[in-house]
Amino acid sequence: MTESPILEIENLSKALGGKPILSGVSFSVRRGEMKVLIGPSGGGKSTLLQCLNFLHLPDAGRILLDGQAVDPRQRKSLYAYRQKVGMIFQDYNLFDHLNALDNVSLALRKVKRMPRADAEARARAELARVGLADKERLYPAELSGGQKQRVSIARALAMDPQVMLLDEPTAALDPELIGEVLTVIRELARSGMTMIMATHQMGFVRSMADEILFMQEGRVIEQGTPEMLLDVECGSRTLDFCTHLAEFESGGGE
Amino acid sequence: MIQAVEVLIQAIPYLLGGAVLTVAAVAGGMLLGLLIGLPMAVAQVYGPRPLVWLVRTYVWFFRGVPILVLLFLFYFGLFQLFDWNIGALSASTLVLGMTSGAYQSQIFRGAIQSLAKGQFRAASALGLSDAQAVVHIVLPQALRLSLPGWSNEYSILLKDSALAFVLGATEIMARTQFVATRTYQHLALSLAACGIYFILTWVGVRALRLLERRVAVPGFGNQEAR
Ligand SMILES: Nc1ncnc2c1ncn2[C@@H]1O[C@H](COP(=O)(O)OP(=O)(O)O)[C@@H](O)[C@H]1O
Ligand SMILES: [Mg+2]
Repeated sequence: MTESPILEIENLSKALGGKPILSGVSFSVRRGEMKVLIGPSGGGKSTLLQCLNFLHLPDAGRILLDGQAVDPRQRKSLYAYRQKVGMIFQDYNLFDHLNALDNVSLALRKVKRMPRADAEARARAELARVGLADKERLYPAELSGGQKQRVSIARALAMDPQVMLLDEPTAALDPELIGEVLTVIRELARSGMTMIMATHQMGFVRSMADEILFMQEGRVIEQGTPEMLLDVECGSRTLDFCTHLAEFESGGGE
Repeated sequence: MIQAVEVLIQAIPYLLGGAVLTVAAVAGGMLLGLLIGLPMAVAQVYGPRPLVWLVRTYVWFFRGVPILVLLFLFYFGLFQLFDWNIGALSASTLVLGMTSGAYQSQIFRGAIQSLAKGQFRAASALGLSDAQAVVHIVLPQALRLSLPGWSNEYSILLKDSALAFVLGATEIMARTQFVATRTYQHLALSLAACGIYFILTWVGVRALRLLERRVAVPGFGNQEAR
């Protein structure tokens, strides 16, 4: 495959509160690829994902979409870039005063300037895609966590993003609701969406990830396919971390 | 006693005429306060330092000076100085509005700051500009949350409006005084004024409560807490 990468991240650095949080992170993402970020809490996964959407302005480094460097200081190019890069948050961040349909259609109307009828038709299609066709009139407070996360996925998909960033999308969910959200994400991956996702759902990672980036203290310290990093014999830090994670989860009395 | 009733019956239409002026001053004041307070709240939360500082100064000034002093300062002082001849009622409305703007800005600011920050980030991530996020996400929620505080502000401003009487605006209090000094029925007329203020408060608060219910969103804000 000689196709050029859809997203290139070059030497990204970010300090917050005087502390370096990201130190020279570089990697590139091919079209249709699923990249997974793994690593201890505080390792910089959320900060990296937010930098990738310029919700944090990187202190140094470049981000190229389709070979074009993005200049976040130019509002036009920033807003255009953000439309092409969808973001899913751990705590959903649905708009509390809008029902599911309006949550999905708002940006279509206000950013893409679609007429209301078209925007709602598109929003309905996206809600149906995540299995919520019958919930369009419900407000966030009336939805379960899994349903909220699926609405937020529909909201991002409605903008026709080329890349999706997902920050631990199932971490705030009750265990019985994780499956429905992962199913939607799996479908999305199969349909060819490019994704960068922080998650510790190891079953999902093993089966879906094209590449794992193991992050610690603001650096990518290991990088490779699940086969490379999670093989029982490989002795990777990733494997070590995941083993502890599994022990904690099976033995943990939460 | 009978005389008091007679005076009252004759005076009621006149007093109610005053009530119309009071309502005009308070409604105008609330509206002006909204127009001043809302942008100031947005500026205080999202604006650059100098703007935040400017808003803070404004708020401190209007909160720190008694309305009576402000009325004199503007009506006999500044408006005269600049040869701006507006009536006592208009002047009172302006001063009430500027004062209310200071208080309203703090009601709105509190509401904005109580909102979850994540929604703003989600809006940005979808490509909304900061201004669009404020208009479409922050304010619809903040305004809903502000309604109880706004209703409270209305009842306060209504009572403050009685001070317009000292400028010579012929609102409820002024008319009550005119009639009382002519007829010596101070008790009856004061009670009548009490009644009118009470009814105006009740109607306004009730109306805002209805509005609050009308715009309520399931599971959002304080409508289910009562
Ligand atoms: N606004 C902030 N100011 C200062 N430090 C921050 C801020 N946000 C995050 N951090 C710090 O950045 C580090 C990385 O956080 P984060 O990106 O959330 O890691 P992860 O998502 O991998 O758990 C943590 O040590 C956290 O305390
Ligand atoms: Mg995180």
